[in-house]
Amino acid sequence: MSLVLDKICKHVGNERHIDNISLQLEPGTFNVLLGRTLAGKTSLMRLMAGLDRPSSGRLLMKGKDLTGLPVRQRDVAMVYQQFINYPSMTVYKNIASPLKLAKVNKKELDRRVREVAEMLHIENLLDRLPVELSGGQQQRTAIARALVKDAELLLLDEPLVNLDYKLREELRIEMREIFKRRDAIVVYATTEPLEALTLGGNTAVMHAGQLEQFGPTVEVYQNPQSSRIAKAFSDPQINIVPARLVGGQLHIGTAASIPLAQHMHGLADGEYQVGMRANHLRLVQKSDEDLAFAAQVEIAEISGSETYIHLSNAEQSWTVQLPGIHSYPMGAAATIYINPSQLYLFTAQGQLAASTQTAARI
Amino acid sequence: MIMQKRTLGLIFYFILLLLPIYWMLNMSLRTNADIMRVFTFYPQNLTLENYIKIFSDPTWYSGYLNSIYYVSMNVVISLVTALPAAYAFSRYNFLGDKHLFFWLLTNRMAPPAVFLLPFFQLYSTFGLIDTHFAVALSHCLFNVPLAVWVLEGFMSGVPREIDEMAYIDGYSFPRFFLTIFMPLIRTGIGVTAFFCFMFSWVELLLARTLTTTEAKPIAAIMTRTVSATGLDWGLLAAAGILTIVPGALVIWFVRNHLAKGFAMGRV
Repeated sequence: MSLVLDKICKHVGNERHIDNISLQLEPGTFNVLLGRTLAGKTSLMRLMAGLDRPSSGRLLMKGKDLTGLPVRQRDVAMVYQQFINYPSMTVYKNIASPLKLAKVNKKELDRRVREVAEMLHIENLLDRLPVELSGGQQQRTAIARALVKDAELLLLDEPLVNLDYKLREELRIEMREIFKRRDAIVVYATTEPLEALTLGGNTAVMHAGQLEQFGPTVEVYQNPQSSRIAKAFSDPQINIVPARLVGGQLHIGTAASIPLAQHMHGLADGEYQVGMRANHLRLVQKSDEDLAFAAQVEIAEISGSETYIHLSNAEQSWTVQLPGIHSYPMGAAATIYINPSQLYLFTAQGQLAASTQTAARI
Repeated sequence: MIMQKRTLGLIFYFILLLLPIYWMLNMSLRTNADIMRVFTFYPQNLTLENYIKIFSDPTWYSGYLNSIYYVSMNVVISLVTALPAAYAFSRYNFLGDKHLFFWLLTNRMAPPAVFLLPFFQLYSTFGLIDTHFAVALSHCLFNVPLAVWVLEGFMSGVPREIDEMAYIDGYSFPRFFLTIFMPLIRTGIGVTAFFCFMFSWVELLLARTLTTTEAKPIAAIMTRTVSATGLDWGLLAAAGILTIVPGALVIWFVRNHLAKGFAMGRV
């Protein structure tokens, strides 16, 4: 019943867009492709949809080889980043078009179109043309058209990116409800770690055309297998600082050396990289165990109801995420605190050495 | 004050432009004798005799019918061949596509007279001389490349994702092209049809050479007014006015989209 990608590669000219990806997606699951722009998310989706042909590798659906099968003969639905609807058709006809082509009888078609329209709150816009709708409504129409088909594979390529902030939040929350009761394999591409965490399900982190890690979203977030994955899967970006482990003492940057925390026991001496999520850092001390780094405020950036404070410590730029709105003057001295139990430890090459499950709170 | 000067200038320019056309209209509404006898800015003895002659004499009105016939034929042929070509250029990459695309345009750079001799030879071999089809086909020489260029511009303005969306939804290519794609570029098709119409309508050299009697265009018939008694001024003027009318009518329909058409759809 599942979709299997077997060593899929895609080359365009000398460029490698998708590099040897193997992945198995189960029906009824929600899968997030997380990665920055140019990570290959869209390329991978186009391969899954059958819009492009892989250079090598196979694509199997329920054990049947689909590689090279034209997209028309596949059971897929897709929503693009841009709001793609048929401009010359009304919303109703737009949503109905896949059913009409599948020769669904009129009564059934009408019922399904109205049901989906209601789910996406566009039931009162059915007679309008796409140009007469707002961006959010246009994208709802596109999502409705994808849903109404009831395809085995539903691909959503950054569907919320072109929407404004409020609409995005609204749709993101609805999205979870909409996809809850489906047997389809849903694949959702996004650049935003927060979106992946909100939507739940599984997450596949991609980088430069390669699949870095795939697993349940929370697990990937808590145990990023490399510093690169941790960077991709945290917003604001995780702070990475070089460290050295000598005889059970961990020396991190400018902070005094500390004894190993619970989750780091058993690590060999050597060079390490310490990862500190911005939301774990604080500017006030909470316990005596806390590590302290003297730093200088560079800029305080207010984002919604949170403040990102950029500080410099030992020639390095740090980001601290604080709830609430704070203002810090530029150049002011500050001390950054973090509890050692919240540290991620990566090897010098960037492989995960130690992480703490309990520390990972969103 | 400046505004007024500018307005005056524009009015003067406008008069300058329209004067020849007005003069033709003036002549067309007068008899030959009247034209030769007095110089007047407006017809004093208004007569529709010249127009009546054109509309009642088959040797005259057949010229219009012939022209309209081969021009429409050419518009249809040009569009039917240019639509798939333009789609291919706008959507696919193939070996030498850019060169081929440019080569199309170079066909417009040679004067049609260059092709006159081979066309005449070939068409007589196939027995096509003096048919509407011959003229319509020969005008494709400059109309098809133009149509491909204009349509390609309009088609490239339609996001490729719409095509993909349609395939994902299950449309077959012909159905997609006719029911989804064509309505999206209908402005482009209209403008292209206008350009084809215009260039085919004003072309005289090929049309005159490839026809003798059966498919003779109006512009060629107008040259017959030279007779032993001299030039038939009034009739010639009336024929001229009637030749302008179809072009003016067609322009009226595409007036809002012409700028985009002249920019080959790339605005």
